[in-house]
Amino acid sequence: MRLGSPELALLVLALPFASFLALALIRPLRRSGRPAAAVSILAMAAALGAAAAMTWEASPAARGLNPARLWSWLPADGGPMASVGVWVDGMAMQMCVLVALISLLVQIYSWSYLADEPPPSLGRYYAYHSLFAFSMLGLVLSPGFLQMFVFWELVGLCSYLLIGYWYDRPSAARAAVKAFWITKLGDLGFVAGIVMLWAATGTFDFWPLFQAAQAGALHVDGLTTIMFLIYLGAVGKSAQFPLHVWLPDAMEGPTPVSALIHAATMVTAGVYMVARSRVIFERSPVALEVVMVARVHPLFELVPPVLTLIAWVGAFTALLAATMACVERDIKRVLAYSTVSQLGYMMAANGAGAPEAAFQHLTTHGVFKALLFLGAGIVIHHFHTNDVFRMGGLFVQRPWVGGAFLVATLALAGVWPLPGFFSKEAVLAGVLDARLSVPFLMLIATSFLTAFYMFRVVFLAFFGQARDHHEHPAPPVAMDAVCRGLALLTLALGLRAALGGHHAEGPAWLPWVSLAWALAGITLAWATYQAHAVDPARLATALAPIDFLARRRYFLDALFAGTYRVLLLGLSRVVGWVDRYLVDGVLNALSAGALRAGDTARRLQTGHPQDYVYGVALGVLLLLVWAQLG
Amino acid sequence: MPLTAYLVLAALVFVIGLFGVLTRRNAVGILLGIELMLNAVNINLVAFSRFRADVAGLIFTLFTIAITVAEIAVGLAIVIVIFRVRRTIEADHLDLLRG
Repeated sequence: MRLGSPELALLVLALPFASFLALALIRPLRRSGRPAAAVSILAMAAALGAAAAMTWEASPAARGLNPARLWSWLPADGGPMASVGVWVDGMAMQMCVLVALISLLVQIYSWSYLADEPPPSLGRYYAYHSLFAFSMLGLVLSPGFLQMFVFWELVGLCSYLLIGYWYDRPSAARAAVKAFWITKLGDLGFVAGIVMLWAATGTFDFWPLFQAAQAGALHVDGLTTIMFLIYLGAVGKSAQFPLHVWLPDAMEGPTPVSALIHAATMVTAGVYMVARSRVIFERSPVALEVVMVARVHPLFELVPPVLTLIAWVGAFTALLAATMACVERDIKRVLAYSTVSQLGYMMAANGAGAPEAAFQHLTTHGVFKALLFLGAGIVIHHFHTNDVFRMGGLFVQRPWVGGAFLVATLALAGVWPLPGFFSKEAVLAGVLDARLSVPFLMLIATSFLTAFYMFRVVFLAFFGQARDHHEHPAPPVAMDAVCRGLALLTLALGLRAALGGHHAEGPAWLPWVSLAWALAGITLAWATYQAHAVDPARLATALAPIDFLARRRYFLDALFAGTYRVLLLGLSRVVGWVDRYLVDGVLNALSAGALRAGDTARRLQTGHPQDYVYGVALGVLLLLVWAQLG
Repeated sequence: MPLTAYLVLAALVFVIGLFGVLTRRNAVGILLGIELMLNAVNINLVAFSRFRADVAGLIFTLFTIAITVAEIAVGLAIVIVIFRVRRTIEADHLDLLRG
């Protein structure tokens, strides 16, 4: 029997969910560790197969149609309020394959990486991973805002659970809570936005919304506000300034988790969402160019001001995160800042009206950033430290790992013919095309910084003096194999783009400029950390203000903590006053009144028998008089 | 003598008894007052029995006298116990039931 794409998409969704249910509900299986991991990995492999079959199945012509399998949800008087189901278009299919592939590779990698974990914890880890894969795929396949929001929150939950996987470490627990709260801040805007959009148009579903948007029939008051609120959700999830502060802390989770959730997939949810809603943004009444994220891009196209805002914020985020990455010593945090920075690129492309470029960069970045993180996992395993200044000379000992890491680094720096070069060029072309010159310059500066900080890590960790001469055991086969596979995939993607003649629309000088800046960054890193021709301290002194601010993370964390404290303490004071004086006051007054009344009434009971007899006699007398009168 | 005369006598005795109960400070005096009030009831019963030629009133009176005796026996016993415990039978000092 041939299955259509929607049926295959449902299968892709069902497999990880079944694996999650099995691990969550069958306690002995979960606590058995390795068998639980095997169940999860097999389910994920099958899901990848189904996703690949789904992409294979769809003829190029069918990709443009939007095959969907929908059920109505939330019955109401005026018909169902929302649809749930799967909506399989080209973007969703490509994203499904990416998510399933990276999930599978990361799960295989974790098999070795977390080999020392006690079996019950390992089972829990894989249960979370299955749930994450299900949620992320559900988000990607969502046919409407409501289902997207539900899965959006689910991936947030998985992120929280996995960052806090080592929950007995206070720093991990704190980072998990921080990630949860900061992303929730953005999600508040998201949920408010989609509810307002629903109130104005009566539907949560993408298809009718996009059709109306493209036909110019979507006339909604306050659309700019609505789309801005929806964009806030993307700001939180995709770690855009100023809500990016959670992502570096999220590195407290196990390294494979960082690779999967906080680099390749979950953080790109915001980019994906804006690319989808783009149409609405561009039709917004105010006539400025703004960019939003990928999935909802048709909607964002209606509101150009929001798109412009997205582009500016994206470019600024890219630059800001890149400067922070330059001064960071923790290899995982460098990668985290670089993720924030690359997410900024994607958002800038969305904002510039080039969601295809954003999506292309999202895909290639997903592959090579996962490779970088997984490579960093091996590096950390090898040196038992995250500090790049205490590493060195790994390339000689582990040429394969070094080679894979180098390929990914070159891809991230945007060197021809690796995939990062092409997708970055597409982004830059899109931004230039939208005449966003300042964001364009910021992005060019970022590509220089990106090359610099990534090669700083490479030169420090893989070249230079080996800091110790102990014999280290080779990395486990699974980890090694996953890295090599991803490196080959990166190369293949790059070669396909190079040979396919796939070229972004842009001025002819653009690829040369971006390549030149990348090479300049690499050269500076080489001169500073390899040839020692430039003293890093003098470099820091020359750029003292930026260095000072970047080392302190631009005081954003302090600002958040301070605001939080002021708000929380202020609110607590007010609530405390109300509780103490208003609520308690009323209660105290009531109880005091009852006491006083009781005290008065008590005096009636004198305890003298004769007084009681008096009362009885008086009562009888009154009754007699009443009887006479009546 | 008409019935009214007996009823007035009974009412007087009852009120004298009630007055005694309300005003005497001595517990024994209060018991005496109660006795007077009960006897006023007896006078009423006997008088109605006589004027209505119904013997039931006389029989009720016999019961009442027996019950009165029992009541006084219990009452005096309580007074004696109170005296032993509190060393007084002044009603003003007996206020254990005060709220």
